Amino acid sequence: MQDAITHLLNRIGFGPRPDDIERVQEAGIQKYLDQQLHPERIHDAVAEARLASIPSLTMRTPQLLESYPAVQKLARQFRIRQGDENKRDVRRQVLAYYEENGLNLPQRLLQELESQKIVRAVHSERQLQEVMTDFWFNHFNVFWSKNADRWLTTAYEMNAIRPNVLGKFKDLLMATAKSPAMLFYLDNFLSSSLKGINENYARELMELHTLGVDGGYTQKDVQEVARAFTGWSIDGPQRNGEFMFRPRIHDDGEKIVLGHRINAGGIKDGEMVLEILARHPGTAHFISTKLVRRFVSDNPPEALVKRVADVFRKTDGDIREMMRTIVTSPEFNSAEAQGAKTKTPFEFAVSSIRVLDGSTDGSRQLAQAIARMGQPLYQCQPPTGFPDRADHWMSNGAVVERLNFAVALSANRIPGTTVRIDDSMKSIALKLGSPEFQKR
Amino acid sequence: MVVTRRDFLKSSGLALATFVAAPNVWAGKEHPIIIAIFQRGAADGLSMVVPFGDKHYYSVRQQIAIPEPLSSGGERAIDLDGFFGLHPALDSVKPIYDQGHLAIVHAAGSPDNTRSHFDAQDYMESGTPGNKGVADGWLNRYIQAHLESDSTPFRAIAIGANTPRSLMGTAPAVAMNRIADFGVHGGGATPEMENAFAEMYRDTFDAVKLLRRANPQQYEPAHGANYPNSPYGQALLQIAQLVKADIGLEVAFADVGGWDTHANQGSSRGQLANHLKEFGDGLAALYRDLDDRMRNIVIVTMTEFGRAVRQNGSGGTDHGHASCMFVCGGPVKGGKVYGRWPGLAPEQLFEGRDLALTTDFRDVLAELLVKHMGAKDVSKVFPQFRPGGTLKLL
Repeated sequence: MQDAITHLLNRIGFGPRPDDIERVQEAGIQKYLDQQLHPERIHDAVAEARLASIPSLTMRTPQLLESYPAVQKLARQFRIRQGDENKRDVRRQVLAYYEENGLNLPQRLLQELESQKIVRAVHSERQLQEVMTDFWFNHFNVFWSKNADRWLTTAYEMNAIRPNVLGKFKDLLMATAKSPAMLFYLDNFLSSSLKGINENYARELMELHTLGVDGGYTQKDVQEVARAFTGWSIDGPQRNGEFMFRPRIHDDGEKIVLGHRINAGGIKDGEMVLEILARHPGTAHFISTKLVRRFVSDNPPEALVKRVADVFRKTDGDIREMMRTIVTSPEFNSAEAQGAKTKTPFEFAVSSIRVLDGSTDGSRQLAQAIARMGQPLYQCQPPTGFPDRADHWMSNGAVVERLNFAVALSANRIPGTTVRIDDSMKSIALKLGSPEFQKR
Repeated sequence: MVVTRRDFLKSSGLALATFVAAPNVWAGKEHPIIIAIFQRGAADGLSMVVPFGDKHYYSVRQQIAIPEPLSSGGERAIDLDGFFGLHPALDSVKPIYDQGHLAIVHAAGSPDNTRSHFDAQDYMESGTPGNKGVADGWLNRYIQAHLESDSTPFRAIAIGANTPRSLMGTAPAVAMNRIADFGVHGGGATPEMENAFAEMYRDTFDAVKLLRRANPQQYEPAHGANYPNSPYGQALLQIAQLVKADIGLEVAFADVGGWDTHANQGSSRGQLANHLKEFGDGLAALYRDLDDRMRNIVIVTMTEFGRAVRQNGSGGTDHGHASCMFVCGGPVKGGKVYGRWPGLAPEQLFEGRDLALTTDFRDVLAELLVKHMGAKDVSKVFPQFRPGGTLKLL
């Protein structure tokens, strides 16, 4: 029973805190799972209180652009010659202006994002919601450091990803497709019927977001999908940063996508493509495979993938129902599945803090430690996201960094993070560093 | 981490004690080294090495073409042979070309027609285009097939937090971000704790201890070699550092990103030019820094595919097919652009849009492994590959 609960907490959450196993035992596994599948019903005051001090999370994009301006933008405003903004005295003046006017550098937005992700993973009672947010952000990855995405990624996670993580897949797909962060990251905002298409988003939409690379689409399909999405754009990536459909650069001609004739016109062309993709059996299979890989094993059992894909088709892509199928499956609850996954650096760090009943403000130093272990949060450059496989994460260098983290944490030497030390520091460090604790 | 180094050594009958007892066995010993650099994101070969002699080049790339060497004004391609020219941002490698130690293979790459970054990188690194069932990487299989009794943990290394696909497999390989951080340090760690960790992660700590003994902390690049201040530049610097530490390095891997230029890639200047400058300056610094040691070293660069011949609607290029490879080092017969040029006329393009491929990347790598590294049999490194003939790069 205890093993089953630990397994559950390791998979639908970021590992148990000291009292969690008992709590779940009292409530019953079934009831705990039901609660986790409905995060909106879970009271989450502790995490929410900790997030209240992170201002950017509730700001709209125009306000982020104003409150976290790029140095170059201010320099232009003050008519500083290009290149001079890096000179020491100029830079000092510019930074003083930030200070006087209550402004912050854009880098601060990344820190606040990292911080909220860590704080929520450690402290939120809505553990499954956090795991799903991590999963779907990675599935629909954007790269924070790509120019305007520095101001667009916050709204992306808060408004496109988070509200949809346990909802219908097509809503998530639609929200990401219309998100300025994705339109910028995969260049679709530049795709134009007048100047010519840009295939970047169209290809990754099918390869990574829906059908999978072996999903049966052709180069011709990529071009047709790109035509359908011409005009899906941004109202000034660094001015307003909101979604905008531009009819003037939309290609209204007929398109054939995966054998379907698309002739709806305007923004409906792209929406129809998303409908087709969200209903496609290839998408059901691809999404199910990724979910089962994340929650069960690096080598997803095909029988379970098939059952989850069936649920996808029968429920119009209801993620909550797919999750229920996975977690209640014999495959999930089999002995082989326990400890079969290797923790990512993020999972390792968060589960370490939780197992020691710790608290954290998600400081920069903590995010940097996670980056050194191989996972710079929000900064995965390729659209694939981070791989979900053990062999990717456990290089010798990464092992050494994990051990250094284990030592620093058990010595309470990570700023902003405090853990409870009931045992000798040495035995705690050895426990966190052990090969067993790298597994979940 | 399916097979540990211990298991590996046990199964191969090698003694763990060999290198621990005699870490300097490699000092002063002549042995070949290969350094592989992966340009992740699909680098535009037509901008790296410009076919200015092909009249179609300028008609399909109005904004992003690099002006030909004899044109007036602006920064122009650097003439190599009257037909090809280097992108001006790659000027730092031109002296190596002129000295005859840099060869270029154009229209090279992977024969698989995927335009997926992930699949194409995977195919190139596994060394098995079109076959996803191969778990290990080509460099790892080279090590597996050529076990040596005096191997050290540093025989194969990558600079970066994660082991690259090329080096994954049962043979040991070290991947680390920074040499200086490779060890359990500070924050209350005791020797006793380190010993306990060493019991848990034997292979990792073999490497940690060996590196500590070699003590390569203080490092000043030779001859004023100036590495780019970027992860790529610092990776190359550390590779040089490990080469000079004489700890048995034979295979090194680094990667460099930023090549996925779908929008505003620029021409002689701009986004792509900036990345090419970083790329070229890194190569030139490594070459300068390793100096005399380059007689035993070959550097080879690759990218998963090239980019479409025609520029797209946003001043960039979408995913294409063939690109180009650089091969650089003492043993290289450089100063020449190798490979048959397939042409850029519409009917000559791959699938009507991309540079066609005339050299399989495995032909280049196989030649380097056989002639430079002394590999006896590359059929295990590149299974099911029928060589298309050697280019005689060496």
